[in-house]
Amino acid sequence: MARITMREAISQALMEEMDRDPSVFIMGEEVGVWGGTYAVTKGFYDKYGPERVKDTPIAENAIVGGAIGAAMVGQRPIAELMTINFAFSAMDYIVNQAPKLHYMFGGQIKVPMVIRAVGGGGRQLGATHSQTPDVIFAHFPGLKVVSPGTPEDAKGLLKSAIRSDDPIFFIENATMYQVRGEVPEGEYTTPIGVSKVQRSGNDVTIVTYAKGLELSMKAADQLAKEGIQAEIVDLRTLRPLDMGPVLESFKKTNRAVIVEEGWKSYGVGAEITSRIYEEAFDYIDAPILRVAQKEVPLPYNRTLEQSALPQVPDIVAAVKEVMK
Amino acid sequence: MNKEKQLQMYREMVLIRRLEKRGAELYQDGKIGGFMHLYIGQEAVSTGIIAARESRDRVITAYRDHGVALNCGISANEVMAELLGKATGMSKGKGGSMHMADPDKNMWGGHAIVGGHLPIASGMALGDQYAGNDNVTICMFGEGATNIGYFHEALNLAKIWGLRVLWVCENNEYGMGTAVERASAVSEIRQKAEGYGMKNSSVNGRDVLKVHNAAKEALDYVRSNSQPYLLEVETYRLRGHSMGDPERYRTQDEVLKRKENEPIRTFRKQLLSKKTATAKKLDAIDAEVDVEVQKSVEFAESSPEPAPEALWENVYVEQGEI
Repeated sequence: MARITMREAISQALMEEMDRDPSVFIMGEEVGVWGGTYAVTKGFYDKYGPERVKDTPIAENAIVGGAIGAAMVGQRPIAELMTINFAFSAMDYIVNQAPKLHYMFGGQIKVPMVIRAVGGGGRQLGATHSQTPDVIFAHFPGLKVVSPGTPEDAKGLLKSAIRSDDPIFFIENATMYQVRGEVPEGEYTTPIGVSKVQRSGNDVTIVTYAKGLELSMKAADQLAKEGIQAEIVDLRTLRPLDMGPVLESFKKTNRAVIVEEGWKSYGVGAEITSRIYEEAFDYIDAPILRVAQKEVPLPYNRTLEQSALPQVPDIVAAVKEVMK
Repeated sequence: MNKEKQLQMYREMVLIRRLEKRGAELYQDGKIGGFMHLYIGQEAVSTGIIAARESRDRVITAYRDHGVALNCGISANEVMAELLGKATGMSKGKGGSMHMADPDKNMWGGHAIVGGHLPIASGMALGDQYAGNDNVTICMFGEGATNIGYFHEALNLAKIWGLRVLWVCENNEYGMGTAVERASAVSEIRQKAEGYGMKNSSVNGRDVLKVHNAAKEALDYVRSNSQPYLLEVETYRLRGHSMGDPERYRTQDEVLKRKENEPIRTFRKQLLSKKTATAKKLDAIDAEVDVEVQKSVEFAESSPEPAPEALWENVYVEQGEI
C-alpha cells in the first residue's frame, strides 16, 4: 500500500488508463499546456502530446457534446469540466443527450465517455462557483454518477468509469484533493454502483459520500470517545444506488443520519430516508435525520460560508439526537 | 452522372414523398403518435447530399429525419415500423419519428433538440480525426438551429481543430412559424460561416442535381483539406412544421406558388427533357414505390409491439467484467 493524495490517485488512474488503451483521450479547458486547473493532469501534455490532451475553447457544449460524438464513433474520451458549476452550461449534453442515446436508438449507439467535474464549497468562491449539485445529475436514468470519498476509491472507480461503455459523471471535490489515504500497489479497479462500509459500528448508521465521508469519519471519532459507535456507509455511486449495505447496517442499528454537502431539499438524504421507509420500516427506532447545507446560495465571507456548510459538530449533534 | 444513379435518386425522392403521405394518413388515424415532421418539399436536399457521400461518410440530422433515413438505405419497412412504434423499427419502437438511426448505414440519428446534434457532429469528426481516417461527417440542420449557441460552439471547434464536417443548413425559410428574417440577424445563413473563417456556398435546393454537385465539391474540399465547410441549401417545406401546425404564418398562395417548382416535379421535367428517362419509365418507378410503401404499411401493422421487458432494456449497456 502507498499513501497518496486524492489528486495523485486520480492522476494515476488517468495515466494508467491512457497507457492501457489508446482510444482514451482527455479534452477540457486548460487540461494541457496549463497542466489542469487543479494540477490533476500536470505533465500529461508533455507525456501524451496535444492529440491526447486537448485544450478546448471555453465552450462546455463543445466539450461535452464533442466528447459524446467521439464516443459514439468508438473513442473513449474523458471530458473535463473545470468546475461542476459549469456543467449547467452543458446540461443538455449531460442529462438530455448522453444518457438517452443508447436507449432511444434501441441499443444501436453507445456513449463510452467520462465527464469529470469538480465541485464542493468552502473555498470562498461565491454563490455560482461553490455548489454541490450532485443529486441533479443522479436524477437521470442512463447516466451513472460516481463521487468517491477516498483516494483508493477515486483511483479504482475512475479506472472502472473509463472502461465503462456507459456515460459516467464523475464528481471530485476540490477541498479533498490533498486528502491522503492508502492505495493498493499495482492494478485494481473498483466496481461502480457498490456502496461500502468505511467504518464499522453497532449504534447508529451514518450514510454519506465524498466530502460527507471526511466529515463523518471525524464525527465518528468524537462519538467513539463518548461511547457511541457509528457505522459509516459510503455510497460512492449515487446512480445506480446500492442500498444493500445501507439496509444491512440500518437493520442492525435501527438509527440513521444522512450526511451530504449539498442542499437538504430533494437531496440524497431525502432519497435514502425514503428508501429506508420503503424497505426497512419495521426496523426504525428513531426519526431519521439529515445533515446538509443550509438553504442559501453560498456567500463569499469565510465565516458565513462555513456556517452554511455542514460541519462535524452538526453530525455529532444529529447522531446524539437519534440516539436519545 | 449516369442514368442509373439519376433514376435511383428520383426513386428515393418519390419514396420519401409517398411514404410520408401514407404516414400522414396513419397519423390522422391515430396509428402514429408524438410529433411527426414531414420532409415533403425538401426531398432533393438529403437525396442530393447523401448520393454524393462515400459510404464511410457519416450522416447526422435533426428530427425531420425520415428522408435522411431512407436515403441512407434504411428500409421503408423499418421506417414505417418505427413510426408505428413497433419492435421491428430500427430503434425498436423506442425512438419514433424523430429518432431514427442505423450506425451500420452510417446514419447516426435523428436528434430532436434543435442544434443539439451540432457539437456531437464535431465530436464524431474528432473521433475520426483521432482514429486517423478521412471520413467526413455530414451534419444537416435547419436554419432555425443557427441562432442557438450550439451552432457557434460546434463551428468554432470544427474550424480550430480542422475537423472534417460538412455542415448542411437546410434553409426552409421558417423555424416552426417564425420567418428567417424575424429570427436571424442575417437571412443568408452561409454568411455566418464567414465569422469562423469557414469556406461556404449556397445552392438551389429544389434542384437535386445541383445539390448533388455542390455536395460533391464540398465533400472533396472537406476531405482533402481537412477543413469544415458550410453549405446552405435553399429549400421550402410544403407541409406544416409538424402535424399539428395551423400555418397562420404563411398564406396558402405562397405555398401554392412554391409547389409549382417543387423538387420532384422539377427533377421529373429535367429527366424527361434531357431524355434520361421516358414518362413510362418514371411512371413505372412511381408504381413500384407505391407497392413498396403499401408493403411497408402492411409490414408495420402486422409487426409485434415491443415486449413489456423492452421497457428496461438499453438503459445501460450490457457489459461484462471490466
